[in-house]
Amino acid sequence: MPNVFGTPLKRREDPRLITGKGNFTDDIQLPGMLYMAVLRSPHAHARIKRIDVSAARQVPGVVAVYTGKDLEGKMGTIPTAWLVPDSDIKTPPHHALAVDQVRYVGDGIALVVAEDRYTVRDALELIDVEYEELPPVVNQEEAMKDGAPQLHEGVPNNIAFHWKAGEVPDEVFDRAEVVIRRRFYQQRLIPNPMETRAAVAQYNPSSGEMTIWCTSQNPHIHRFILSGVLGIPETKLQVVAPDVGGGFGCKIAVYPDEALVGYVARDLRRPVKWTEDRREHFTTTTHGRDMILDVELAGKRDGTLTALRIKNTANLGAYLSTAAPGVPTILFGLIAPGPYKIPKAAVEVIGVLTNTTPTDAYRGAGRPEATYQIERMIDLFADEIGMDPLEIRRKNLIREDEFPFDNALGLQYDSGNYHRALNKALEMINYDQFRKEQEEARKKGRYLGIGFSTYVEICGLGPSKVAGAVGFQGGLWESATVRVHPSGKISVFTGASPHGQGEETTFAQIVSQKLGVPVEDIEIVHGDTNRISMGWGTYGSRTTPVGGSAIAIACDRVLEKAKKIAAHALEVSESDLDFEDGAFQVQGVPGKKITFQEVTLQAYLAWNLPEGVEPSLEAQSFYDPANFVYPFGTHICILEVDGETGEVKLKKYVAVDDPGPVINPMVAEGQVHGGIVQGIGQALWEGAVYDENGQLISGTFMDYAMPKARFFPAFETAFTETPSPVNPLGVKGIGETGTIASTPAVVNAVVDALKPFGVKDLDMPLTPEKVWKAMQKGRREA
Amino acid sequence: MIPSAFDYTRATSVEEAVKLLQAAGGEAKLLAGGHSLLPMMKIKLTSPGKLIDIGRIKELSGIRKEGNRLVVGALTTHRQVAADPLVRKYAPVLAEAASQIGDIQVRNRGTVGGNLAHADPASDLPAVALALEAEFEVQGPDGKETLDAGGFFLGPLITALPENSILTSVSFAIPPEGAKSTYLKYPHPASGYAVVGVAAVVSTGPDGMVNDARIGITGVADTAYRAEEAERALVGKKLSEQTILEVAALASEGQEMASDLFASAEYRRHLTRVYTIRALKRLLI
Repeated sequence: MPNVFGTPLKRREDPRLITGKGNFTDDIQLPGMLYMAVLRSPHAHARIKRIDVSAARQVPGVVAVYTGKDLEGKMGTIPTAWLVPDSDIKTPPHHALAVDQVRYVGDGIALVVAEDRYTVRDALELIDVEYEELPPVVNQEEAMKDGAPQLHEGVPNNIAFHWKAGEVPDEVFDRAEVVIRRRFYQQRLIPNPMETRAAVAQYNPSSGEMTIWCTSQNPHIHRFILSGVLGIPETKLQVVAPDVGGGFGCKIAVYPDEALVGYVARDLRRPVKWTEDRREHFTTTTHGRDMILDVELAGKRDGTLTALRIKNTANLGAYLSTAAPGVPTILFGLIAPGPYKIPKAAVEVIGVLTNTTPTDAYRGAGRPEATYQIERMIDLFADEIGMDPLEIRRKNLIREDEFPFDNALGLQYDSGNYHRALNKALEMINYDQFRKEQEEARKKGRYLGIGFSTYVEICGLGPSKVAGAVGFQGGLWESATVRVHPSGKISVFTGASPHGQGEETTFAQIVSQKLGVPVEDIEIVHGDTNRISMGWGTYGSRTTPVGGSAIAIACDRVLEKAKKIAAHALEVSESDLDFEDGAFQVQGVPGKKITFQEVTLQAYLAWNLPEGVEPSLEAQSFYDPANFVYPFGTHICILEVDGETGEVKLKKYVAVDDPGPVINPMVAEGQVHGGIVQGIGQALWEGAVYDENGQLISGTFMDYAMPKARFFPAFETAFTETPSPVNPLGVKGIGETGTIASTPAVVNAVVDALKPFGVKDLDMPLTPEKVWKAMQKGRREA
Repeated sequence: MIPSAFDYTRATSVEEAVKLLQAAGGEAKLLAGGHSLLPMMKIKLTSPGKLIDIGRIKELSGIRKEGNRLVVGALTTHRQVAADPLVRKYAPVLAEAASQIGDIQVRNRGTVGGNLAHADPASDLPAVALALEAEFEVQGPDGKETLDAGGFFLGPLITALPENSILTSVSFAIPPEGAKSTYLKYPHPASGYAVVGVAAVVSTGPDGMVNDARIGITGVADTAYRAEEAERALVGKKLSEQTILEVAALASEGQEMASDLFASAEYRRHLTRVYTIRALKRLLI
């Protein structure tokens, strides 16, 4: 067997996906299936005075209409699954359909079920709702003020929680030689996977069993929560995530819609499908970011950093989504010092409810925001003391010999060689030459800039006891079952739920490497609660470090048993056997061997097994990691700002990432590319904007600028591979590095380019007009 | 994203389509490539009761040269225009603009007539239609008539197209031999429409002085317009960097600039100047 670990195999999932043979939730057709659509509030904040559904009921083809009142008490509310400890968290009820008050544009009010997807949409328009409009509040700082409109009872000043970590006394800042203070606004973003959300439910009245197919990144979490909401025991509830067309975090949450489909299918005894349209997606699927960060960084004139203090005022939208409280707190706060030796740090987070779409995880979830502020702050600090941004990083980056490293907020970084990644990235550009070119260009009125981002992130979520300690209402271990069939073909059942990342390929490579079986003989099964015992899903770059490790351990267990059988068959002791090239080989006796497949067949025939060995060949692992893993790297962006229009033109982008040992370089590179694109999307183009009435005015692809391939130069990527001591594969995760690293790299580069104009900082997205105005201001002041 | 219910009829001739329009009493819309109409129907900005599909009327498609004009059938797609040898030879600015509309799918389906009749204020073709002094051939219940591009675009999505009439072809004036032209656009990063688009056609006499200049500008105002002040200022002068800088500020003269989430009126006015400079500078070479 060739060494498949580290081989750029083409993704096995791609032929079906790119030839239109994917099986997505909306592709599911069941006999007698009905279609559901949800009427959504056009107001950001209003009381529902009256709903008249009689006209909708009379439309031929309409089967049923439900309002919030019809469902009240008949199904549970939609819970929050991350109850941040010591934060006085409030969890106001989130009804699947609003009962008497709507709290954001998109809040569900009523639903219609009809024989086809056209009738159902037409009938929705016939529902007559009388609203009493209430004043809305969309900004988190406004919402906290006394006298601001209150969204929920029992949540004074709309403050859902108040969380703190670490402490830095004022005197540290008072006495510091240099203190940089800066406010950053992490704008609101709208995750837009190609596939919008969808759900199909089928109920079997005879057995009481229900199946819900839905666009989930974590079907077992969906089952766990929906079981409670619908009152169906997990033994009778199957949740399936078929092909899922991207999630980026927005398909972690359990939404009202999946629960409604289940409720209606059971109530009407017919299968029901709901598919979100893109307009609905913009307003009802969770948004990301929307945090106001007030940051203070203290240090010395020689560039030594001494303390970091952050206040994060996070906009959580109208209700607390599934993982929402964890994003601005645990996932943001604890990693805020980044890859630098900053001895003291404190983070305070206020989570605020507003009349906007709920926010939750979006690719990177907390870590892009953390990386952004520290990477911007270190540049501002360097600028203040007249130090090169590269030098200040070299000076403060944690050194190779300092791992494991305990950061000031209690995380232990597992392993790293930050300087090596930085140096490798620098080899891919010519820094001194660039600075000369920059100088020359400025004389000609051309503005080149370079930006660095030397990031570390927290991945591989995570040790379950830590999950518990930080209030996550679940475990974060992962399951794997490796079932070798009599023929030697292998089914692998993973509790992770990949939805585009390529693990059908990379997981097969792990198994192939371990068991010497060709990749083609290995099937990766995921996304079905009836086939997989348990799983916590795919997010937080955990799939390979946790799910992949579980598979590796299960493979070891298979091998252990196979070796016993092999030794028995060859009449040698186990210690005489080597496992190589897919066969057990007796040491020193060439040709005396038995292949893995032959052993497998023996295991199933069970005609002659060693004493005490049971038939069959299958093993399971429930792997709970001992720590998180910490991928890191250096991204460098070179760009030019058009001095006349403010337009930013990316010229060169270098990414060196260290995800530990790379299983499949092509897949890893693909993840890096996608991540960079999404991160730069935030830096330059994307931004959800509400008007003062709570209307989303960037609510279509005509206004909300998704990055397009033509916006980018070819990325230059490379890897360093520093194994993690945490898991048996040494892997760290690569799914979010690009999103985490690229945003500050680009903004740092723009600010560098604008140095002649005295620009210190600009709020994202760096649209041409914003950049132009900053230059104009600089020109006036010069 | 699902339109309201509508009736659909396919017309086999222009005459039939006109009759169908009349019969529908204002309830019907014409469907050609569908790339302006259908998106609006999907988000219910418009919900016509009836669609009359003119997409298969053969005589409405094609490109031919008639004297000093290039006649483009209303159903000719952007892709056909962009690739057409006659267009590339006689009105290269039209091909240049057509190749920048939307994306490949839009260019393969969207039609010249549909685009111009839709009159989106940020659409590319109106700028070129103005700069090439297009004439719009329309056919209605009372026969055929010709409308000038100058009076065609009345406001956002509003044209001078008479009721129950169909735009059948557009003829573009072929610039004099030796004229230089270009279309330069700043595409909106989300929609791809022009934040500003400048179509410039400049002819120079034997004395080296500009004797004819036509500048169509789109994306910045209520409708595309001719930058007449800038045009006038160019005539009689040598096209030079200095001249260009002088006249470009006139490109937004008398126009009220549009403002949206992406670009304020002030910035659009600035961009109009910069893009006019850049477009005209392309003609220096």
